[in-house]
Amino acid sequence: MTDTRWDVAPGDRPAIPASERSVSSGLLVYTIGLLLAAILTATSFWVANTSAIWAPGVPAGLAVLAIAQMGVHLVFFLHITTGPDSTHNVLALAFGVLIVFLVLAGSLVIMANLNENMMAHGEMMNLQMQR
Amino acid sequence: MNVLVEVESVHQAELLDVSEAGPAPKRIIAGFGFWIFLLSDIVMFSALFASYAVLAKASAGGPTGAQLFDLRNAGMETAFLLLSSYSCGLMSLAINSRHQLGTVFGAVVTFLLGAAFLNLELREFQDMIAVGASPQRSAFLSAFFTLVGCHGLHVVVGLVWLVLMMVQLSLRGFQDIVVRRLHCFSLFWHALDIIWVLIFTIVYLMGVLP
Repeated sequence: MTDTRWDVAPGDRPAIPASERSVSSGLLVYTIGLLLAAILTATSFWVANTSAIWAPGVPAGLAVLAIAQMGVHLVFFLHITTGPDSTHNVLALAFGVLIVFLVLAGSLVIMANLNENMMAHGEMMNLQMQR
Repeated sequence: MNVLVEVESVHQAELLDVSEAGPAPKRIIAGFGFWIFLLSDIVMFSALFASYAVLAKASAGGPTGAQLFDLRNAGMETAFLLLSSYSCGLMSLAINSRHQLGTVFGAVVTFLLGAAFLNLELREFQDMIAVGASPQRSAFLSAFFTLVGCHGLHVVVGLVWLVLMMVQLSLRGFQDIVVRRLHCFSLFWHALDIIWVLIFTIVYLMGVLP
């Protein structure tokens, strides 16, 4: 009763009764994670090399595979789940993801825009987006 | 009325129960604090990723990613890091069951795989610099060496940390503080693997696309 009251530390598996908490179930979780991550990695290497896929769609496919693999790592290796006990960890993660998104998308949009507007001046010392 | 009082008393009892539980144990506070650190580290990496993405095409007439990157090498690095993440997970299982031999074995495997990863990466850097693709060649290469080198630096720190933890484990056994630090180490190592997923996707796989 008192044990289940505690929150879960990131990396801990959420409250499992002591009777069910065995090495073998943990092993199973890590092995499933490894298999999924290996499949996703192999798929992204295949996607990058194959010509069977419509070329303009390849970057989007790679991005989806990478995000899926990060999810696999978070759930199976870091044990970040949406369970009630790990609310703090998930909230912190959500805030981190928000900042990462703002930094990445913001920089890309601003620099692309700047690049476009500077193009009128012609030579740009080859610094930006040489095509 | 009676019911209301009863409900209220139950509610109070629950509140009391929560407050009597006191602050969370140190293990959870330490883990959460380290989790915050990892997230701030990932935010720092996002800035490096953003600068790389902006400068990826700015090769200033020098070698481009498609000419430099060797996907087989990147694939082997990925495999080493993924397997070391797995063995690190097995190590934390051994720590949970306080199994010293298993812990040391997991740490050795993790260390060797991490060192193999680092060896491949350093060799790749050497080869690139040998053909004139050094960081000062172009903005693209500066961004590349900063991003990938920063990840490599994190791996070096992780390896040193792992050695220190094994020394502490042999001197002090499974004390609470040692277990907490080992727990933080495994979080760190898994987070490095997550960052590598982004690196091999954005830098290597997208870099060689025509």
